[in-house]
Amino acid sequence: MPCKFCSEKPVIQLPNSERKLCKSCFIKYFERKAIRTINKYKLIEENDHVVIAVSGGKDSLSLLHLLKKYCQKRNNKIKLSVLQIDEGIKDYRDISIEDTKKFCKSFGIKLHIASYEKETGKTLDKIKKQHKKTIACSMCGVLRRYLLNKYSRKLKATKLATGHNLDDEAQSIIMNQFRHNIALSARLGPITGVKKDPRFIPRIKPFYFLTEKEVATYAYLHNLISKFNECPYCEESNRFFIRDMLNDVEAKYPGTKHSIVASFIEVLPLLKKKYKNQEINSCRLCKEPTSSEICSACKVKEKIKS
Amino acid sequence: MPKIYLEKEDKILEVKELLVSDILKSLKINPTTVLITKNNELILDDVKLSKEDRISIIPVISGG
Repeated sequence: MPCKFCSEKPVIQLPNSERKLCKSCFIKYFERKAIRTINKYKLIEENDHVVIAVSGGKDSLSLLHLLKKYCQKRNNKIKLSVLQIDEGIKDYRDISIEDTKKFCKSFGIKLHIASYEKETGKTLDKIKKQHKKTIACSMCGVLRRYLLNKYSRKLKATKLATGHNLDDEAQSIIMNQFRHNIALSARLGPITGVKKDPRFIPRIKPFYFLTEKEVATYAYLHNLISKFNECPYCEESNRFFIRDMLNDVEAKYPGTKHSIVASFIEVLPLLKKKYKNQEINSCRLCKEPTSSEICSACKVKEKIKS
Repeated sequence: MPKIYLEKEDKILEVKELLVSDILKSLKINPTTVLITKNNELILDDVKLSKEDRISIIPVISGG
């Protein structure tokens, strides 16, 4: 069956739908959907300085590609910069950093790099060697979020854009449900945060309503996917267990992930209201914002000291 | 028989099935987690291959 709109050869069947689209109709569909999310949730406004968190993977490179196009169409009234976190993973992150450097150069966007080694004195490889039982992903998630917020604030960003897609969000919602961590869910959504605080740079997710497969298709069609490169520590994560579980359910009951996110979006305003009075302190050790006395990043730093 | 290149495992297999969806089923691959390409062009899983065809299966999941 040809493309629904133009009878060209299809490249994708849209998830949760019978619609098949060719390359050019899919790109139009994808970009419209992302821009609709940006406009509906006011993710980006004129004179914003948007720092894009780039890992070098398909999601963040697609985001960089789309936002560059988006800003050009608005006469570059929005400033873009790129921030990459170097965890210090040999034969993995060093490769993607080189890819990002080339990409940023060709796009004329400044790349900033923040590293675990500079922040904690150790690379992730070294931490894992010394603390074999530590789950890399949970520690990494804390340090990455900490560095992204700290450095984007240093860069005077008004927004921090990430390549999170519908699959990522559905996983986070379910993970928080499984752990009865609803306060964390209140911080999710197309634009994160429960209340405004100058110490937190709002994180925006223009791909919030696009699936992982749609983002991968967009990346493939723009030649943004290099060889599959998997983090050597990612097997250990609870998130990947949830991801596989949701993919299995989705295959059997198409539309499940969309329903999880759509239901969540309906209750999100209530969650934000419930948790809006939660106090934001300054960490006793590093002065970064935190809900407790010592922030999670400092707890990790303390744990890996020895 | 069609040849299948599995990018994640970096290996080539020969399969007896011709319909892409049947190939994915026989390899126990969830279609929502992969892109399929033939001659570097994306194809859908309702495509029927010829015996000489070679396709690639590319995982879409983030590598961490």
